[in-house]
Amino acid sequence: MDNAGRKTVPMNAPLPLNVTPLWVQSLPATVQAGFPSPADDHAITRLDLMEQLIKHPQATFMLRVRGDSMKDAGIMDGSVVLVDKAIQPRNGHVVVACIDNEYLCKYFVQRAGRIRLKAANNTYPDITPKDGQTLEIWGVVVASILQHKC
Amino acid sequence: MYALVDGNNFYVSCERVFRPDLRDRPVVVLSNNDGCAIARSNEAKAIGIKMGAPWFQIEKLQDELGLVGLSANFPLYADMSDRMMSLAAGLGHRQEIYSIDESFVDVTGIRGDLTERSRKVRSRILQWTGLPTCIGLGPTKTLAKLANHIAKTAERKPDVYPMHHAQVCNLGALSKPELDELLQATDVGDVWGVGRRISAQLIESGVTNALELSKLDPATVKARWSVVLERTVRELQGMQCIDFEDSPEDKKQIACTRSFGQPVTERHHLQEALSEFASRAAEKLRRQNGHAGQVLAFIRTSPFRQNDKQYTRSAVVPLPSPTADTAQIAEAAIAILHAIYKPNFNYAKAGILLLDLQPATRHQYTLDLEDEALHSEARQRLMQTLDIVNKRYGRGTIKLASSGTKTQRSIWQMKQELKTPSYTTNWDELCFVRT
Repeated sequence: MDNAGRKTVPMNAPLPLNVTPLWVQSLPATVQAGFPSPADDHAITRLDLMEQLIKHPQATFMLRVRGDSMKDAGIMDGSVVLVDKAIQPRNGHVVVACIDNEYLCKYFVQRAGRIRLKAANNTYPDITPKDGQTLEIWGVVVASILQHKC
Repeated sequence: MYALVDGNNFYVSCERVFRPDLRDRPVVVLSNNDGCAIARSNEAKAIGIKMGAPWFQIEKLQDELGLVGLSANFPLYADMSDRMMSLAAGLGHRQEIYSIDESFVDVTGIRGDLTERSRKVRSRILQWTGLPTCIGLGPTKTLAKLANHIAKTAERKPDVYPMHHAQVCNLGALSKPELDELLQATDVGDVWGVGRRISAQLIESGVTNALELSKLDPATVKARWSVVLERTVRELQGMQCIDFEDSPEDKKQIACTRSFGQPVTERHHLQEALSEFASRAAEKLRRQNGHAGQVLAFIRTSPFRQNDKQYTRSAVVPLPSPTADTAQIAEAAIAILHAIYKPNFNYAKAGILLLDLQPATRHQYTLDLEDEALHSEARQRLMQTLDIVNKRYGRGTIKLASSGTKTQRSIWQMKQELKTPSYTTNWDELCFVRT
């Protein structure tokens, strides 16, 4: 069986002869035997956005953004963010963090072992986990998509 | 050597990926119509909720103990399962998907430390998808399953099995005395393939744990019990008897049955339901590229509503010629309904089964006594188009008029009042993240 679930025949298996007669019909037309297409040597695959954006398909989830604290990073209210859980968060990444059972999208800033969540909008203060508060990084934002009216 | 990779409290774990607030709380996922618990978090198990507990009995624990009940969200579980399965497949070279939350992986001949490799795969699944799993390894499927049981139990109850077997347990890496000790600590009823009835009989005849079962003589077991139990004994002894099925066969029958959200008495409501079920079943049939020769439909009242008059009836009709055409299958189901329906009963469940399944390629043309149009290629293309449109724009975008035209929920549809959004399969239901 191949991936699509079709039965495949091994190359060494005997194949039955096709014994039905082959009827050839002559057509009242001529065929131009021209040059082969020069594009034949340049087989192409069109750019695939999913392939470009999603490196770990099993680990990538889409979430919808609420709020404007990341607008200077280009992440607008209503955008969809692609979150990859397989990537280890590093300083400067945009992440989805879980704090007080809520998912937050912020910059991940790590300095001297202390973690801060920073907004991309001056009017919002940084978030540092208080005593007893746990902060967990859920995933790293690899792209944000804003669809425009059309 | 086989590995069994199994998601812990799978449905609950899927819900928790998008609902961090559910993490330390007792959570149950409920069966169709929010009937009873079909998955429980460890916290729910700890407060004594049993598998299959009816929701109306445990509902009150919401206020008392913070219990959360959720309607089953199968689109979410199916997507999360797919992610988990494709990562689990990386453990070995062949995979048998055994159910929505467990798969066997053939790791025969894989070099290196299998326990270490399994731990890595386990932590990758957890990191990438958020789903906790346990992995059991053993020389046969039954032993792999047993190892998985040990891995799972050792995590929750360290007094039963040694802690170091938690999460990943590799029976293949143990000495004979170590293995025997684990088998001895396992109740005979926890062995894969030993049902409740057989387990009671075994205990009665002095076989209480897996070690004792493995020491029985296979021939005697076959004579006294069954070939199935003989196979289990041999597998416990390390002899492979259960085949590895990495290419699932086409289904021999296809069913679509549902309990209704509330009692249904009217024939036209049952007709809508059966048309809908026929459409679903025909779609499944086309997916495996098959034709059905016969259709069975049934309707029944609820045995749990003891004050109701009871009625159960089913019938089978052969199709004029084998087909996967939604309209023909629905027509057959409706014809059955008209024959078996009686008024003034409170119907609780209905369903259809497609029987006598065969590959679509083996089509036998009948003499042209009937409407040729039904077998025409145009008709097949219509079905293809139907499937493509419904796949692209959502189920029910194009449907039979007989399954109802109302846009709101029909009376016969399932009650799913506690369902979470389809976070990963519907653009309108994505999980929100605050910035």
